[in-house]
Amino acid sequence: MLRRTLLTTAALGLGLALSGTGAMAAGMDHVKACFVYVGPIGDGGWTFQHHQGALAVQEKFGDKVELQWQESVPEGADAERVLTQMALGGCNVIFTTSFGYMDATNAVAAKFPDVKFEHATGFKRDSANVSTYNARFYEGRAVEGLIAGRMTKSNKIGYIGSFPIPEVVMGINSYYLNAKKVNPNVELSVVWAFTWFDPAKEADAAKALIDQGVDVIASHTDSTAPLAEAAKTEGKVIGFGQASDMSEYKDGPRVTSIIDNWGPYYVERVGALLDGTYEQKDTWAGIAGGEVLIGEISASVPAEVKAEAEKLRDDIAAGTVHPFTGPINKQDGSAWLAEGATAPDGDLLGMNFYVEGITGDIPQ
Amino acid sequence: MLRLEKRPNPSKFWLYATPIVAVILTMIAGGIMFALLGKNPFAVIQTIFWDPLFGKFAYYLRGQLLVKAGPLVLIAVGLSLGFRAGIWNIGAEGQYIMGAVFGAAVGLAAFPTESRWIFPAMIVAGAFGGWLWAMIPAILKTRLNTNEILVSLMLVYVAQTILAMAATGFLRNPEGMGFPGSRNFSSFPAAANGELFVGTGLHWGVVTAIATVIFAYVLLQRHLMGFQIKLAGQAPRAARFHGVSPNRLVVMCMGISGALAGLAGLFEVTGPAGQITIDFNVGYGFTAIIVAFLGRLNPLGIMLAGLLMALTYIGGEMASTNLGLPAAAIQAFQGMLLFFLLGVDVLTNYRIRFMMMGGR
Repeated sequence: MLRRTLLTTAALGLGLALSGTGAMAAGMDHVKACFVYVGPIGDGGWTFQHHQGALAVQEKFGDKVELQWQESVPEGADAERVLTQMALGGCNVIFTTSFGYMDATNAVAAKFPDVKFEHATGFKRDSANVSTYNARFYEGRAVEGLIAGRMTKSNKIGYIGSFPIPEVVMGINSYYLNAKKVNPNVELSVVWAFTWFDPAKEADAAKALIDQGVDVIASHTDSTAPLAEAAKTEGKVIGFGQASDMSEYKDGPRVTSIIDNWGPYYVERVGALLDGTYEQKDTWAGIAGGEVLIGEISASVPAEVKAEAEKLRDDIAAGTVHPFTGPINKQDGSAWLAEGATAPDGDLLGMNFYVEGITGDIPQ
Repeated sequence: MLRLEKRPNPSKFWLYATPIVAVILTMIAGGIMFALLGKNPFAVIQTIFWDPLFGKFAYYLRGQLLVKAGPLVLIAVGLSLGFRAGIWNIGAEGQYIMGAVFGAAVGLAAFPTESRWIFPAMIVAGAFGGWLWAMIPAILKTRLNTNEILVSLMLVYVAQTILAMAATGFLRNPEGMGFPGSRNFSSFPAAANGELFVGTGLHWGVVTAIATVIFAYVLLQRHLMGFQIKLAGQAPRAARFHGVSPNRLVVMCMGISGALAGLAGLFEVTGPAGQITIDFNVGYGFTAIIVAFLGRLNPLGIMLAGLLMALTYIGGEMASTNLGLPAAAIQAFQGMLLFFLLGVDVLTNYRIRFMMMGGR
C-alpha cells in the first residue's frame, strides 16, 4: 500500500510537471500517445494492424501528436514495467493491445491517475482512467464460416485457436454455426496453439489440420504461417487473412480476410484528449462501425457464394442478422438461445462453451 | 600470421578481463549497428547502460534491475553447480514453471485464509515442485543412463502444457468470468511476495538469490561436496578413485538446481507476475544458462552477470521505446555480448602469437 502511495505521489508530481496544461477537460495542445504491442510490428497481422492505427493518428493530427511504441512485450511482469516506464516518460495515453496486459494495465493505471489507459479486448476497468475497447470479430467469423461451409469438399473445416478465452471461443462458435447453416454435413476440428504469434507452432497446427483432411482453415493467431502452409497444397486447402488482409496470398489460398481496423478508434480517442471531451468508456463495435472489415473476396470463390457472403456482411452491418440467432444449444445439449433470440453481449463476453455439434473440449 | 598457442595454465588476468573486454567490444560493434540503423550510437548506448542506473527514472529502474536479475541469478547459481560437474540441466525453464504451479496451488488452496504460515508453505511447495521435475531426468539418468540434456529439455514442453491446464482449469480464478489465469496474489496478502522496502524492487526472491550466492560460494570453497563437484568436472576418473559416486552427484546437482529454479518460479508468480497465466514463463530458465556461463560458473560472477543481463533487458527496452529501435536490434545487441564473450574467452586458455610469414 505504501509503495502505491509513494509512486502515486511521484507520478502526480511528474504528471503535473510534464503536462503543465492543467485540467484534462480543458483539452491539450499536444498528446503523447503510446502503444504496447504483444508481437513484432512485422507480424503481418494483429500488431501490424494496431501499428497502422497508430500511424493513422499521427497522420490525422501531425505535430500535435507524438507516438511511442514498444514491440514484443511479454504479458506479465515485463508489461507492468514497460507501462510504468511509459507513464513516467510522459505518455498521456497508453494503448495496451493484448488481452494478457489486463492486470498490468489496471495495476499501473492505479498509480498514474493522470495518464489514460486503453486496454484492448479486456473487461477490467478498475480505475477511472482505464477504458477498454474491442471489435466484434465474431461478425467476420460468420462470413468466413459461410464461405467455409460452401467451399469445403471434404466437409471438414478447421480452426487454429490461440488461447481458450471467450474472444476465441466465440469466434469458433460463430464460424461453425454459420458453416453449418449452409452445409449441415460440416465437421469442425480445432487445434490450440497456445500462442498469439509463433510462425513455427502455427504452421504445425495447420499441418495437423491438413493431415486430418481439413480443406478450409481459419486461424486466430497473428502470422501468415497457416496460409503459407495451405499454399503448399496446390489449391486443395484454402484459408483466410487474419487481422490484416494478407493480400500477398490473394492468388493462392487466401479467399477473404478479417481486417482489424483500429485507426478510427485511435483517432477518436486521441482527438477526444486534444479537444477535452475524453471520457472513460467500453467500446465494442463491429462491421457496422467499420472496426471489422471483410477483405476482398477472391476470384477463386464462385460468384454466387461471393454474393451470399457479401449479403451476410451487409445484413450484419445493417443489424438485420445476428451471427448468434436461436435456436442454439450448448455442446452438452442444454438450451442456450430460444428460437429467434439473439445472444446477449454478456453471454458472448464470457463464452466458455462450444455450441452443439462441435466435438472436442475447450482446454480446461 | 596469427597463431593460437595453448597456455600451460589458464590466464588469471584474462579470466577477469574477458567480460570487460567483451562488453567494450559489444558497445563498439553495437554502436556501429545502431549507427547503420540511423540512430545516434552514443545516445543508444547511454540509454542502455547509463540511464537505468543513473538517469532520470533510475529510482524506479534500479529496483526493476533487481526484479529482473533475481530469478536469473537464483536459477543460474543452481545450474552452475551441475555444469561444473559436467551435469547438464537444460530444463530449468520447466522446473521454474513447476515450482510456480506447485507453490501457487498450495497458496490458492488456502485462499482466503490469512495465516503467516501460508507463504512459507508455498515456498516449500515451490522448491519441491522444481526438485520433483528435475528428479525425472536425474533418476532416468542414474537408472537407465538416459541423456539428461534431452530429457530435461523435453520436460519443459510438458511443464508448459501443465501450466496451460492450470491457467485454464484447476487453478483458474473462479471469479474470472471464464477467462484463463489464476487469482492475482496481489489481492491475497498472506500469499503475496511484495516489495520488502518501498521502491527498492527487493522481494523475497532477490533476498534468496543473494543468500544462495553466498551459500554456493561457501559450498564450493569450503565444503567437501564443492570439492567433489569441481573434481568430477575436471577429472572424472580421479573423482571416482576419490570415492565420488557419480550417481549421487547427479541426483544432488539436479536436485539443487531444480529446487532453486522452482523457488525462482514461486517468487515470480507470487510477486512480479502476480498470477498463473498460460504464458507465465518468459524464458528465465534458458537465459539463466547464458548468465551461468557469462559469470564463469562462479557464484559472485553470476551475480554480476545477472545484473548485467538485466541491464541490457531494461536499458534495451528503454532504447526501444524512447528511441524507436526495433526490438530485434536489441536482441542482436544482446547476442553480440555473448558472441564477444565466447570469442574473447579463447584468450583465457590460449595466447595469440604473431609470426612472420615464411618464418621458422
